[in-house]
Amino acid sequence: MSLAEQVLAGSRRALARLLTRIENGEAQDELAALFPHTGRAWIIGITGAPGTGKSSLVNALAQSFRTQGKTVGIIAVDPTSPFTGGAILGDRIRMGALAGDAGVFIRSMATRGSLGGLSRAARDSARALDAAGFDYVLIETVGAGQSEVDIVRTAHTTLVIEAPGLGDDVQAIKAGILEIADVLVVNKADRPGVINTVRALRAMLELGHPSSRLSTVNHHGASMRVNMPVGASASESMWIPPIVETIATKELTDPASGLVQLVEAIEKHRAFATSSHQRRQLEHQRIEFELQERLRNELMERLLRDVPRDAFKNVIDRVIARELDPQSAVLAILDQQRGSISV
Amino acid sequence: MSEQRSIRILIAKPGLDGHDRGAKVIARSLRDAGMEVIYTGLRQTPEMIAEAALQEDVDLVGLSILSGAHMTLIPRIREVMDAHELQDIPIIVGGIIPDEDRAELEKHGVKGVFGPGSSTEEIARRIREIVGEAAPE
Repeated sequence: MSLAEQVLAGSRRALARLLTRIENGEAQDELAALFPHTGRAWIIGITGAPGTGKSSLVNALAQSFRTQGKTVGIIAVDPTSPFTGGAILGDRIRMGALAGDAGVFIRSMATRGSLGGLSRAARDSARALDAAGFDYVLIETVGAGQSEVDIVRTAHTTLVIEAPGLGDDVQAIKAGILEIADVLVVNKADRPGVINTVRALRAMLELGHPSSRLSTVNHHGASMRVNMPVGASASESMWIPPIVETIATKELTDPASGLVQLVEAIEKHRAFATSSHQRRQLEHQRIEFELQERLRNELMERLLRDVPRDAFKNVIDRVIARELDPQSAVLAILDQQRGSISV
Repeated sequence: MSEQRSIRILIAKPGLDGHDRGAKVIARSLRDAGMEVIYTGLRQTPEMIAEAALQEDVDLVGLSILSGAHMTLIPRIREVMDAHELQDIPIIVGGIIPDEDRAELEKHGVKGVFGPGSSTEEIARRIREIVGEAAPE
């Protein structure tokens, strides 16, 4: 049996091996074989600053799904040290409650620093988990850079986690989270300052809300927001992220944990995103974004392979000497390579 | 980014031993040596260690044992790992391990024993050696 066949047959060892190959960029054939088997899992991105309790929340959310009899794959991303190339992947520590549960698969992944590499690995890994039959795939990442924003574009529903007392006021909360958040979660909601955090988020939502039903929601590249279809009612075609307060470390059965409300918010978003209006557009945007990103990476790789090292160094020297400006340098390289990039 | 595969190593403290400073020091030094360390912390059962090793597809499992229970824990962990078809994942151990137990541990497939005072460079080097030996080529 091929590795892909083993994954489809339910082998966890094969799945783990496949994820390694995906990380190393060596799973092209397997992913092609598995792609027809994807599209069933609901992918949830979880992002937010360090210290907001993301791993504990992932742990609690996964447990909630398990009580519903659903299976969960988890991809937990941690940063690679830019100085040493190594990483401490410690998210599993927070997920002890999920140990021994055959309905859960947890994989830790380091960012590895390469441009676009992580979002490709995370996206392909989510697909592998999807093909392996998991109902939900949770991707947890640190919401610090562009890479992480790209990862959440892989997700169907994105949760942005905030916590009180981390310097949250209107200025501190990044306006950019409105671009990516489908649900805003204020975790550690038993901490002082939670009311201010919720108020700050609400104020931001009000500022970001279009004042007219007919105005289009502002797009930045591959935003997940959809242009309002002409004639559609505002409530029907706009998704305003709800704010949910959670205390992820509390027992699921404790109403103060907020997990019931969180799961409800996720399911509401899922219903919205899969309704006939939105589904096709969102899917189209997601795939378009992915193909553009892959084209960028693929073309870049080919180009860099074709450009002789000393020619490139020569160009750099000329730019440093102010003989050539950077844009002209790039155009010169491309002109030289035209015709030699095989497509 | 270099094409070199990153070494993925699981670091776990099995049993009831609560002294994790050594394990954390090793974890950080291996990160500084360019490895990806899946650090699972305290109170790991053999089943949890095997499950994590499987899901994370690690190159090695590193156990930190200061409690003296290594002769019970390590064979058990090896047994559970093998039951999960993880025979090809080597184990190394750090902590308080008397010399007279080392030979026995090697019989249980332990590829390295590092007592207190082992240099972190030595540990990293030995790990690279072990992973290099196992690599198919």
